[in-house]
Amino acid sequence: MVIPERNNPVSLQRRQQTPSMMRWLFISLSGLISVALIVSLNTRIGKVPALGDFLSPQHGFWQNAEPFDYNFSEVHRLKGLKGKVDVYFDDRLVPHVYAENPTDAVYVQGFLHARFRLWQMEFQTHAAAGRVSEVVGDVALNYDREQRRIGMTYGAELLLLEMENDPLTKSLCDAYSAGINEYISTLSTSELPIEYKLLGYQPEKWSNYKIALFVKSMSKVLAGNSHDLELSSVQHLFSDEEIQLLFPAVSDSLQPIIPPGTEFARPGIEPVKPLSVDTQYFKRQPVTLIQEEDEPNEDNGSNNWVVSGKLTQNGAPILCNDPHLELSLPAIWYEMQMSGPAVNVYGTSFPGIPGIVIGFNDSIAWGVTNSQRDVRDFYEIQFKDDTKREYLYNGKWEKSRMRVEEIVLKDGNTFYDTVAYTVFGPVVYDRSFKNPLHENKAIAMKWKALDPSNEAKGFWLLNHANNYNDYLEAIKYIECPAQNFVFASKSGDIAIWQQGNFPARWDRQGVYIMPGNDSSYLWQGDIPQNENPHALNPEQGFLQSANQRPVDATYPYFIPGNYDLYRGITIHNNLAGRQGITVDDMKNLQTSNYNSFAATIRPLLLRHLQTNNLNAEQKKYYDIVSAWNLKNDPAEKGPAVFNLWVDSIESLVWNDELTELKKVNLMPYEKTLAEALLRDTAFSYVDNVKTPEKETLSALVTEAFIGIQPKLDSLYNTGKLEWAAYKNTTVYHILKKSMMPFARSGLNIGGGQHIVNATQHSHGASWRMVVELGAETQAFVVYPGGQSGNPGSKYYDQFINTWAAGEYYRVWVYKRGDESHPRARWKMQFVPEG
Amino acid sequence: MKFFFVTVIIALLSFASGFIFPWWAIAPIAFIITLIVPQKPGFSFLSAFLALLLLWGGLASYIDVKNKHILAGKIAELFLGQKSHYWMILLTALTGGLVAGFSALTAAFIRQKKKHH
Repeated sequence: MVIPERNNPVSLQRRQQTPSMMRWLFISLSGLISVALIVSLNTRIGKVPALGDFLSPQHGFWQNAEPFDYNFSEVHRLKGLKGKVDVYFDDRLVPHVYAENPTDAVYVQGFLHARFRLWQMEFQTHAAAGRVSEVVGDVALNYDREQRRIGMTYGAELLLLEMENDPLTKSLCDAYSAGINEYISTLSTSELPIEYKLLGYQPEKWSNYKIALFVKSMSKVLAGNSHDLELSSVQHLFSDEEIQLLFPAVSDSLQPIIPPGTEFARPGIEPVKPLSVDTQYFKRQPVTLIQEEDEPNEDNGSNNWVVSGKLTQNGAPILCNDPHLELSLPAIWYEMQMSGPAVNVYGTSFPGIPGIVIGFNDSIAWGVTNSQRDVRDFYEIQFKDDTKREYLYNGKWEKSRMRVEEIVLKDGNTFYDTVAYTVFGPVVYDRSFKNPLHENKAIAMKWKALDPSNEAKGFWLLNHANNYNDYLEAIKYIECPAQNFVFASKSGDIAIWQQGNFPARWDRQGVYIMPGNDSSYLWQGDIPQNENPHALNPEQGFLQSANQRPVDATYPYFIPGNYDLYRGITIHNNLAGRQGITVDDMKNLQTSNYNSFAATIRPLLLRHLQTNNLNAEQKKYYDIVSAWNLKNDPAEKGPAVFNLWVDSIESLVWNDELTELKKVNLMPYEKTLAEALLRDTAFSYVDNVKTPEKETLSALVTEAFIGIQPKLDSLYNTGKLEWAAYKNTTVYHILKKSMMPFARSGLNIGGGQHIVNATQHSHGASWRMVVELGAETQAFVVYPGGQSGNPGSKYYDQFINTWAAGEYYRVWVYKRGDESHPRARWKMQFVPEG
Repeated sequence: MKFFFVTVIIALLSFASGFIFPWWAIAPIAFIITLIVPQKPGFSFLSAFLALLLLWGGLASYIDVKNKHILAGKIAELFLGQKSHYWMILLTALTGGLVAGFSALTAAFIRQKKKHH
């Protein structure tokens, strides 16, 4: 850039020669540069936000850099409040809300959720509603279409109707949404959460519909998984008997949720198999696999258990819960206390819905684990033509109901998707979406999440429950996603219910795609609620659930599901026959790295390994795995060797026969192979059908072990054989790999699949809670995140190291009169306006 | 003296405008102040450049220290691939400085014309 200088003879000379021309040249050049700078710095270019705004210390990201000594004490005058609300924040930024009016507590909860977690709650409900393309662009279009086509928005609309028809739920939701909107309305653009600034959009108004969407997103995460499509695609290659052998309903070593020996009532409904099952259902035309766009993680699950006062040192019941979800920052949970004249409840909440989801009050404590039950079936639809307006049903052309989904794209254009609704539910896959079928055939889905229900009310009643009967009344409102509600009361009761709305199926119903032209394949009714698996004050003195099959084979219904096995075994074995249990014992169990799966199968594998065939390097790994203490502790090398060995064995056992299953990415579970081998080492799948000789288990496990040496060498040489380094536990930001600086990786934590400490690479205990219901309740909690959703706050990931170390925070429960308690760090006051 | 005065006035007005107006208000402020209080183009540029270099750099540094560098480090890693809060402060200061500087320079050239006629 040429800047004329006073002592520059050349420029002086030029100016004198043609002053006017030079002047205009300078003005235009400098003006042009100014305008170009401002315009380009005010424009988003690809993923780079408008830098002028983004870098301005008074507007952009610097505004999100929260001072370490930030003072959260504030006074808010808000419309819609009925009375005064005081919120005391403790040193971990956990709010303790004291409201004089019950709906005010929810109003302020909405405000606080928005104050600390606005971006995530809006993004999650956008994702639920299939509106991600609006924010990130076309890459998410298929995701959005599938969300719409499985009926997420349709289901949320039904739920909204139910919620708004119930006066109690409506008043709660109205107050909660009003609190959120009150916060949004005070928000200036410089105060927007940083994700809005990075992605370049603005929050919209909150509504009760978004609460419904949040509930539906949990239904999808926890009750949106089944293998019906995969199994249908290989149905022509395997008989139903073979499929049952590869995917058995009940495991030999099952420790069910309901103690074995419990008698079950005669079934209130006995579904009848359609007459045509043999020809129309079990033997069908091959169906090419439909690959779902977004399948929820199969390991979404949890542990919970409760021990009665008879087994504890202090004589008080102890209740424990740790839900396993995709680990994320901002964390999915927000810890808080809500109290007032009628209630005093402490626990963890979902930013997005009112109330406390897991926690305790003055009388009871409760926790949840996922039921893992399959509540989703598929039907093959025959349309008359490609208008999708009529489908064949009971020999006639039935009219479909058409629903047009409008998906707004980031560039402002709208994508219209027409979804046909049948008697079964929405046609998810058809000619216009992922459908490999021909001749106007399509796939409709029947899903419990699309039935009317009112889960928010259930949680609210549970927050207020004082005893077993209150609890029972409350949980009846939970229909989907079905949960195992563990319960304890100060009066000494312990209980568990697997609560949800489940179809009563005939044996093997819905394992494969069913014919959609015949009403006899519909679900014939629901299992009566009082027949849901449950137990109250059992002889054994404890109850546990860890996503295993809830009942043994004597339960009178066919209940397919995606069940875990080994965590339940570890918990059961730890609690059975014990006395004098303490809170510390329970913390140790909740963070236990003991691997029951390895304990079950390692002796057999080691016995069959032909050690004289191993070279010196392989011998080294053999020594590691055979000397391993069976704990997936962070510094152990055994778990990586064991896991790789088992994976390698699985490939050798299944890959020759099950190439078609491998193609659809569905292999029999580890528990199935383990139990088959423990039953019979000559298990027929051990033989490689592609070789003339007969392979033995010994030959197979040895070949598998030798095969993993190169992988082990490279891990060993790069220092990644230690378990924590091997699995590299990472808590990603919700936007995953595009926001790595907002993530925490390389955490020094053990655990893994099949282990009570279920921490895998990016999945695991999203909240840990141990509550002792003595005269004075003692509670210990931790979660892998922090109370603030702001990556620029020290409270963003404050708890992660504590969580990784297996440590807990002792909860402070605010009581009236605690205003000057040393843990009450800040006070936020809310007063009605006017 | 004039140089110092203009620099301080631009910085103060820019700071005040930040509470109400969008970020680019710094450009018209530098422009108008230079029209009112003209200097030689080079000095005008430097005045406004320094005003915003110091204002934005100073504000960013203050925020960064109070924040113990957490967010600036993360943003630097996101866009520059390395966790350096210094780079974010420098980038911020230069951005403000250049926008204000060129606006002032344009105004200075416009004023210069009036002198000669």
